[in-house]
Amino acid sequence: MSTASGQQPTEVSRRRFLGYVLAASTLTVAAQLGEGAVAPRAEAAVPGVPEPADLYDLNDMLTDATLATASLITITLNPDGTASFALPRTEVGQGITTSTAMLIAEELDLPLDKVQVSLADARPELVFNQLTGGSNTTISTYTPVRVAAATAKQRLLEAAATELGVPLSAVSALQGVITAPDGRSLSYAELAVKAASLTTLQVSVTLKPASAFSVIGTPQNRIDALDAVTGRKQFAMDVHVAGAMPAMICRPPTINGTVVSVQNQGVVQAMPGITDVAVVSTGVAVRGRTFGQCIDAVRALQVTWGPGSEDAATDATVLAELRAAENPIVTPPLPLLTEAIDARFTFHFASNSALESNCAVADVRSDSAEIWASVKAPITAQEEIAAQLGLPVGAVTVHVTQGGGSFGRKLFHDAALEAAEVSKAMGKPVRLMWHRTDDFRHGRAHPMSISRVRATYSLGQVLTLDQRHTSVATEFGHGLGEIITSTAAKLPVGGLTLSETIFSLTQQTPYDFGVTTQLLTEVDNGFHTGSMRNIYSPNVRCAQELIVDQLAKAMGQDPYHFRRNFLKDQRAVAVLDKVAQVGHWGRTMAPGTAQGIAIHPEYHGFVAVLVEIDCTPATVNRQIPDAVTGPRVTKAVCAVDVGLAVNPKGLEAQMMGGIMDGIAVTLTSSLHLNGGYFQEGSWDNYFYTRQWNTPPELDVIVMPPTTGTPGGAGELAVAGAMAAVACAYGRATGTMPTTFPINHDAPLAFTPLPTVPPIPQSPTDGLSRAY
Amino acid sequence: MPSHTFVLNGQQVTVDVEDDVRLLWVLRDLLGVTGPKYGCGLGVCQACTSHINGKAVNICCVPVSDVQPTDEVTTIEGLPATVGQELHPMQQAWLDMDVPQCGYCQPGQIMAAVAKVLQARAAGRQLGDADFDQIRNICRCGTYHRIREAILPAQTKF
Ligand code: FES
Ligand code: FES
Repeated sequence: MSTASGQQPTEVSRRRFLGYVLAASTLTVAAQLGEGAVAPRAEAAVPGVPEPADLYDLNDMLTDATLATASLITITLNPDGTASFALPRTEVGQGITTSTAMLIAEELDLPLDKVQVSLADARPELVFNQLTGGSNTTISTYTPVRVAAATAKQRLLEAAATELGVPLSAVSALQGVITAPDGRSLSYAELAVKAASLTTLQVSVTLKPASAFSVIGTPQNRIDALDAVTGRKQFAMDVHVAGAMPAMICRPPTINGTVVSVQNQGVVQAMPGITDVAVVSTGVAVRGRTFGQCIDAVRALQVTWGPGSEDAATDATVLAELRAAENPIVTPPLPLLTEAIDARFTFHFASNSALESNCAVADVRSDSAEIWASVKAPITAQEEIAAQLGLPVGAVTVHVTQGGGSFGRKLFHDAALEAAEVSKAMGKPVRLMWHRTDDFRHGRAHPMSISRVRATYSLGQVLTLDQRHTSVATEFGHGLGEIITSTAAKLPVGGLTLSETIFSLTQQTPYDFGVTTQLLTEVDNGFHTGSMRNIYSPNVRCAQELIVDQLAKAMGQDPYHFRRNFLKDQRAVAVLDKVAQVGHWGRTMAPGTAQGIAIHPEYHGFVAVLVEIDCTPATVNRQIPDAVTGPRVTKAVCAVDVGLAVNPKGLEAQMMGGIMDGIAVTLTSSLHLNGGYFQEGSWDNYFYTRQWNTPPELDVIVMPPTTGTPGGAGELAVAGAMAAVACAYGRATGTMPTTFPINHDAPLAFTPLPTVPPIPQSPTDGLSRAY
Repeated sequence: MPSHTFVLNGQQVTVDVEDDVRLLWVLRDLLGVTGPKYGCGLGVCQACTSHINGKAVNICCVPVSDVQPTDEVTTIEGLPATVGQELHPMQQAWLDMDVPQCGYCQPGQIMAAVAKVLQARAAGRQLGDADFDQIRNICRCGTYHRIREAILPAQTKF
């Protein structure tokens, strides 16, 4: 039943692209971001009724949105022979500075360590072209960055030919040196100024064919690894801005609570180190010499709080709301002997908190403002901050800093807006940081959802698959929202809301299961939400894959072979086969342990994950202080095909991280809502994967290039891993899990921190715990 | 305002600040040493892990007044000097395995790893699974597996 589509490596065409040599004192080249960046779409050779995301997905939309932007990205060749590029995207750990440097090194024939990639400030003229989301960076920048680099190389070759007095065709470039047939050579350093142009020129270039790649597709270490391991990597809170003293917010006890009055502002303002106290829209801000003194001040504040927006809400009330809103499944009349599988799954609130809590530096003056923050939609941040401060957009500068993780958080700029408000209120620069406890309790959460899946089958065929996903509304952030609004007319789906559009553009069923429908219903309330390393897929696809295991069982087939038989795409079959082979699918497992296998297609890519899980009492009951142990994934094997992996090593790292996330959301980590706030307030309450949950055996296989163009990678593995772990757990215990994480309804594994004062004091026992 | 003196990465420093301010903030906010990171301020995430007299400590939980004038405080910035090299072998192992993703947790991870190895060595053994279960450092990017792979070969190199 599988049909081939796009599995042949596609040679990059030798068509010509337009580059620019800009008027500058040293060689400076540019290309239009968006130009020629659309990857050739795979033919939709899908039998049955294709779903919208099979034909045109979220990434196509993000790529198309960038086409309209006639804006340039610029590479500068410095007189020391290095190349510099300010990437209009946000590095939060996903490795895009490294993969971008690789693209430049490839086309420029320059060693990778001579390419410097920094993050561009907000550039409003880029309109939609400075958003980092939906795993779209490499897809949308792959061609333009190479065009700019190829333009530079061509110009260097021309300059060298002139200098050496030989024809252009006689010189060749290698590792930053251009050589003539007689052995005379010139380095890029010697040519950088000579190759510069007094006027801006348009030139036409070709790109290297894939067969000539020596950097793209090879495993490379991160270009920022040395900075990371020496402590030199600068995150927002490490940037030195004169006068920007630490600031924190005293937040309400419940979500969206408000300040009614502050009883002791004067007393707190006189505390050691404290310089300012001001009421702002989200609470009471304090500024002081150290964050430690800010914590003291926040804890000392006596505030009368107004109610929040969700004070009566608990997990149970939200679940009831979702159930009430769920759309029915209406299956058309089916032939006799048709049987059905029908199940409903619950996915609890989860936190997308990064290890770097929400933070930003702001220096707001009467007529201008300067912000330092890791934000994935810097143009939107700039616009919103300008509006909030009553300044023209041009008076606000947003510097994009390196991010300490994102997982969905940095599509928003909550801390940057807040820092700007606080700096304005105090009339001083501030370095604002959220306390960890606030980051869990008032930060964004991945929304709770339920997913009902009904499948019918008869005579060895699956006839229908219907999925009704009902979720607390997900906020997307305006950067993404604007793109969707502006491109809505192009979409193969009409009349849908923003979230329904995203849902239909991201959710695919990789199997040929007859008539397939997938619908989203949202319940909107006051929660601060966001995506979490993917918006819907981990939950939607986990539910589907569990049903696939049930279908296989009901139809008497092995889960791997069943999937294989029904997969639509050969690339999916290939990754599935790979994990089955490397992971020894079907090997005999001890009682209480089992394998699970799952597949996930998204962003022009495919991932398959095979895991082994140990649910025996000896493992489940392991005792580690202040931890949740539980079932342990003892082995994970992942095969990934993104079309073309620019940096296979970076892709591997992304997959590993995604697997850790998948394990967490299946087995251990969620937020518990009670009395209008989330109970979790520390990393020993919110049980993200730790060393003791990490699979001792982990293997990631990056498939050789298939389509020849890169697909998105940042989020791919989460859904695959979540589904595989859930399936393995079901097979090990004999009971299909229906609530995620599986331990959510167990008694809390911690004592919740108080809400007043809102943040806990730092312990003083550090020395006694030294090891 | 009380004055506190200690040895920071081989240099004697003196800083005027209230007794109860935790060492993490003294280093980051007053002395501009930003390698140790904040991830909780609760002794949980281990992002601030640094060494005091060669032992791993959550410096978010150490009032500056607990630090004596002769105490040697070593942060990630001062780690290479403890072995007289450009990079500590543990840092080199991190590079060899390309461990970091965002990198935010990694200074703490490396400082914890070095101390764990020394602790096991003092007990006359190499690091095993039980030791990994005691490494509590959070890595929200999920680099745990590469951390294990980096520590194992590095432990014999210093
Ligand atoms: S910041 Fe010190 S343990 Fe988390
Ligand atoms: S590398 Fe990002 S938190 Fe560890």
